Amino acid sequence: MGLFSKIISKIKGTPDGSSADWSDLEVALIDADLGPELTQQIMSAARSAKADDPHEGILQVLRASLSTKPRTIVRAHQGVTTLLVVGVNGTGKTTSAAKLAGLLSSEDSRVLLAAADTFRAAAVDQLRTWGERLDIDVVHGADSADPASVAFDAAQQANARAMDYLIIDTAGRLHTKNDLMAELGKVKRVVEKVSPVQEVLLVIDATTGQNGLLQAKVFAEAVELTGIIVTKLDGSAKGGIALAIEHSMGIPIKFVGTGESATDIAAFEPDSYLQGLL
Amino acid sequence: MFDSLTQRLGGVLSSLRSRGKISSADVENTCQEIHQALLEADVALVVVNEFIELIRQRSLDALPTLQSGTNQAQVIFEIINAALIEILGSQARRVRFAKQGPTVVILAGLQGAGKTTLAGKLAKFYKDQGDTPILVASDLQRPNAVTQLQVVGQSIGVPVFAPEPGNGVGNAVAVAQDGVAFARSKQHNMVIVDTAGRLGVDATLMKEAIAIRDAVNPDEILFVVDAMIGQDAVRTAQAFLDGVGFDGVVLTKMDGDARGGAALSIAHITKRPIMFASTGEKVSDFDIFYPERMASRILGMGDVATLAEQAKRAFDPESSAKLESKFASGEDFTLEDFLEQLQAMSKMGSMSKMLGMLPGAASMKKQIDNFDGSELIRTQAIVQSMTKAERQDPKILNGSRRTRIANGAGRAVSEVNSLVERFSQAQKMMKQMRKGGVPQGMPPALAGMGAGMARPSAGKPIQKKKSKSGNPAKRAAQERG
Repeated sequence: MGLFSKIISKIKGTPDGSSADWSDLEVALIDADLGPELTQQIMSAARSAKADDPHEGILQVLRASLSTKPRTIVRAHQGVTTLLVVGVNGTGKTTSAAKLAGLLSSEDSRVLLAAADTFRAAAVDQLRTWGERLDIDVVHGADSADPASVAFDAAQQANARAMDYLIIDTAGRLHTKNDLMAELGKVKRVVEKVSPVQEVLLVIDATTGQNGLLQAKVFAEAVELTGIIVTKLDGSAKGGIALAIEHSMGIPIKFVGTGESATDIAAFEPDSYLQGLL
Repeated sequence: MFDSLTQRLGGVLSSLRSRGKISSADVENTCQEIHQALLEADVALVVVNEFIELIRQRSLDALPTLQSGTNQAQVIFEIINAALIEILGSQARRVRFAKQGPTVVILAGLQGAGKTTLAGKLAKFYKDQGDTPILVASDLQRPNAVTQLQVVGQSIGVPVFAPEPGNGVGNAVAVAQDGVAFARSKQHNMVIVDTAGRLGVDATLMKEAIAIRDAVNPDEILFVVDAMIGQDAVRTAQAFLDGVGFDGVVLTKMDGDARGGAALSIAHITKRPIMFASTGEKVSDFDIFYPERMASRILGMGDVATLAEQAKRAFDPESSAKLESKFASGEDFTLEDFLEQLQAMSKMGSMSKMLGMLPGAASMKKQIDNFDGSELIRTQAIVQSMTKAERQDPKILNGSRRTRIANGAGRAVSEVNSLVERFSQAQKMMKQMRKGGVPQGMPPALAGMGAGMARPSAGKPIQKKKSKSGNPAKRAAQERG
């Protein structure tokens, strides 16, 4: 039940707290990909917290289940702030990296992009096209160059050119591929020889189901995630899996992607997101 | 993280078994477990509810007919499995070819579903069967999608019709139309049109897809969907069905560990067959869809059928036959044969991927993840560092030969020693078997590899382990004989 339908029901004078409301909301949470287990937890907590107003009760519990960690980008104390963008194939890493770069540079920061997705055909070109559109430099290597070496070069250039931010786009990889996960760990280690990585952002597609939890777990083991970007929230998917990840692993959602234009990215706003789930 | 349905049901069903006769309350309990498991597998709630109702009804109907002594739990499990396969489509279907002129296939789906990659795989699949596909780059939205398709086309030797640069420039409808005309003029018998990713709720882009459809009059519109998709699968599939419409479904990223419940949702809601499954990053990682295998996967029962097939593909029938005749004629199993089999095993693909397909693999996830595939490579390196004579007769391996081999393979002498030791044990076992003795332990080719897990045997393409089934109900049945 969205905000709108809630208002309608208020106008119509539907009594709150009926069991029909509870089960509608339970369905909504399942439908939003929170998963059966988390949904059960939330339902029982909400029932005991605020039995008279299901909608508000559940919102309260959802709010309480959010991480208290900061949702802004952690800046380096000095020098370049380095961000690594990671995730499985097709979630929108390249687009997110570009949009994030656009967002930061619109705030008058000096941003450098690194095309370390050297695997997917034409991924480097994709990021370079974004770079041209946004007027942001993109560091890239030769075709199928070692991603770690591209990232290393980029980190050095970012330092030399006194950039504020370096955003490294990595190749999509399924978390079930051990060798590719090890490669990702190497990219991070190699960059850290030049400067520390402040943020490792996991890009999660809003349509992702319960497998998202496994994705987050394995990526966190490989590169210690610091935040989540939920993409494709402009579709019909609610992206509840991101909340499930934040809740179970304490990794805060930091940004949301809502379209294919450069400006279709925003800081995560808990309230509108949670309202959207119901 | 998720208990497989098999594990969940294992608990319920074993308590049923100990009780003798199953009551309707037992059926109810079982249904609740299935409910939870299907939600965890990302089957959409509406579909879960209908599915459970079906299971409940069929199980209750079956109750009175159950004789005491039959494995009642097994009967219920079979009902579940059969219902899954029923919904997933009993028959895998391929592309319907047009009677005349090029067969036109349009790929449609959400952003990031894997359409462009799939276009290449589909083209390769049909090219390998003697067709003459051409790829048409109608995704003019995503930056450099056109370039990506060109690179893919080049790598598989399939021409790509790409008159527009993309990146927001050009008319996707005109490209598709011209592409089909071009294919016709060049006598290609198949045209695969890659289109831009679009959301189900994006009316403008959906109109574009409809315009492409109306312009080229396709023989097949395939809905490409990520196997990791969650509850939204139903909404999105319905939106595409109502919008551009589609004739079949392709599941991508099946090499992940998503249970793939979306397949069940989409098949059930749209009544369209799932035709293909895409299973990896290589263009050859593509197969027709097998409903039985998907049912096993959703239930967490492993994918023995696919494993068997891969084994069959990897093991050269000639060398298998050679080995068998060698074995029968009483010749010794040499390190040469051993090497051949190691190479066949590495052809089968990553060890962890293979092991993951075994029944009950979910419970062995940790061991599988820790399985070191490079062991196989190291063992190969050691054998390859031996001379032909040494491979034929390991007895001649004295200290200095072993040191040379170790240096050649870049391993420690102790590793060479232990390989030779394990090999001679395996050889002894082979001799015993030939004399009609009971073989102990593992098949010889694998005996040298450490880690005791069920693996396909050497001589035959695959040896199904008779001892245990991954399905607890089945296993119990076997244990009781």
